[in-house]
Amino acid sequence: MHWIILPVVLPALLAPVIGFVMRHDIGLARIASVTGTVLLLAIAIVLAWLAAGGETHVYRLGDWPAPFGIVLVLDRLSALMVLLTATLALIVLIHAIATGWDARGKHFHTLFQFQLMGICGAFLTGDVFNLFVFFEVLLIASYGLMIHAGGRDRIKAGLQYVVMNLAGSTLFLFALGTLYASTGTLNIADLAVVIPTIPAEEAALVRVAVILFMIVFAVKAALFPVQFWLPATYANAPAPVAALFAIMTKVGAYAILRIHTTSFGPGIEATEDLATTWLFPAAIVTIAIGAFGVLGARRLMPLIAFSVVGSMGTLLVAVAVFSPQATMAALYYLVHSTFAAASLFLIADLVVTRRAGDSLRPAAATVQNGLFAAIFFGAAIAMAGMPPLSGFLGKLLVLDALREPGTMVWAWSAILGGSLLTIVGFARAGSALFWSSTAMAAGPAEGPAARRATAGELAPAMITLGVLAGLAAFAHPVAGYLEATAVQVFDRAGYVAAVLGPVETEDATPIDTVIEQEG
Amino acid sequence: MEILIASAIGVLTAGGVYLLLRLRTFPVILGLALLSYAVNVFLFASGRLAIDQSPILARYGEGSYTDPLPQALVLTAIVISFGMTAVLVMIGLAAYLEADSDRIDIDPVESRDDDQRGGAA
Repeated sequence: MHWIILPVVLPALLAPVIGFVMRHDIGLARIASVTGTVLLLAIAIVLAWLAAGGETHVYRLGDWPAPFGIVLVLDRLSALMVLLTATLALIVLIHAIATGWDARGKHFHTLFQFQLMGICGAFLTGDVFNLFVFFEVLLIASYGLMIHAGGRDRIKAGLQYVVMNLAGSTLFLFALGTLYASTGTLNIADLAVVIPTIPAEEAALVRVAVILFMIVFAVKAALFPVQFWLPATYANAPAPVAALFAIMTKVGAYAILRIHTTSFGPGIEATEDLATTWLFPAAIVTIAIGAFGVLGARRLMPLIAFSVVGSMGTLLVAVAVFSPQATMAALYYLVHSTFAAASLFLIADLVVTRRAGDSLRPAAATVQNGLFAAIFFGAAIAMAGMPPLSGFLGKLLVLDALREPGTMVWAWSAILGGSLLTIVGFARAGSALFWSSTAMAAGPAEGPAARRATAGELAPAMITLGVLAGLAAFAHPVAGYLEATAVQVFDRAGYVAAVLGPVETEDATPIDTVIEQEG
Repeated sequence: MEILIASAIGVLTAGGVYLLLRLRTFPVILGLALLSYAVNVFLFASGRLAIDQSPILARYGEGSYTDPLPQALVLTAIVISFGMTAVLVMIGLAAYLEADSDRIDIDPVESRDDDQRGGAA
């Protein structure tokens, strides 16, 4: 059963080989990188198949038993996230190669593989400090990818991104220190055992740690009030990298879901109220910021980045309820919004490279204007949440899960109002970019505006749209799997038993052992 | 001892946050370094302050010892923050050379860009 560690080991071994051996040969690096990502996808499918049975698989590194050694844990949620990562990575990689983005700077494929290693590791680990280490791996790779191909604006935005995340990492370490000082463990399952034994009146330090963790994950998930780094970063990153970053915000959402459910979650007296109290209003404000940002953006890339902020708000509103039904809706929306954001960034890349910048002003129509417009239209209605693509179903599931009287008014008005503003914003962008262009004089017959997109360049954006259509068409089986996933996420006892072995209550076990030995 | 450690962490953090808010590359790098020192001491203290004790059991359970786990955590944190600082210095240098300015915030640059584009169009 070494399958669980393969999504970490494969990119970790491949990346240095690409970096050292193939750095002068982009063709070889492309072949190796695509092969590695295809293998990763195959591994992810095997892991999803392993996890589909509902058992929680545990991989003990160095075979050390759980609270003392580091464990990787594979359940339905981890398997789903790794599968999502691998699928998105392959699509983005094809786009980067077809458009030549990977050749515009050095070491794209090395950084790409390290990025995948960090993301997969973060989804699989069962230890909070190990989560920090994988966060750093994915961040340091993302710094390199963010400033790939250089340029003044990109490097300035990259510097801001790095500073922001280094401050976030420091906060993460403070959170880890506080948690370790108050509980004496950093294993997610062990925390779930220790924290319920802390009486509520002595839990002040643990509560501080819980809030610190939430801020750290909120930075990653672009949640208000720490969402401000995302628009500048995504708008200035190379478009394929921005499409890959669509999964990075989900790492934050995953961490909130995993740790605030399993270790600090519902039913634990000392800490259960914290996440709901703070996460819900923050998510509501995030939706509003995303919607107004989409409405106010004057350039295409910031517009898409703000729509990502809005989608994270919708996702976290559903997470903040901490109930299995809402979590199922959140997971469906998570898968959907990852592909919707990726497809928007990919099609935007094709459009922007054929225009003189990404400002939302009418300009002479580029070649294949109608085709680009159609793909953009599809991706935009997916992101805004209109039928027939999966965004509509996703938002419907989220709304359906938020029927509690206290939350319903806020959540429904925020999500529905935000969707309306997003639709208006995208309609404005689409008509400025594509529709008004057709009224202007024909564009130049030469230059970038006349270069037709090849099948390889168009395929990734179309595949993501196909995935969204598939999510909508096969919504019933997908929702069934996600429902089982959500139930498993909330099965704290099952998770603890799988990681720490059979549950030991302090009195019972020694006696049982004695009886066994005597018998 | 506790007062000394606690105030050291506090002063380092306060200085780090102040420098971080200066929004110029060099103070920000120094500020992040101060913050990482603060967090290293903080992590070290999270295993309780024990003076002159070894982090391993002396003779299988006899005598007291200090918690070895925070020391491992601190070591990891030091390595990571050192590497990150090196990356930050390189990116900061590249940003300074590209933009002729060591400011971290990018708003003035963006608005200037928009003006230029507006003028061109």
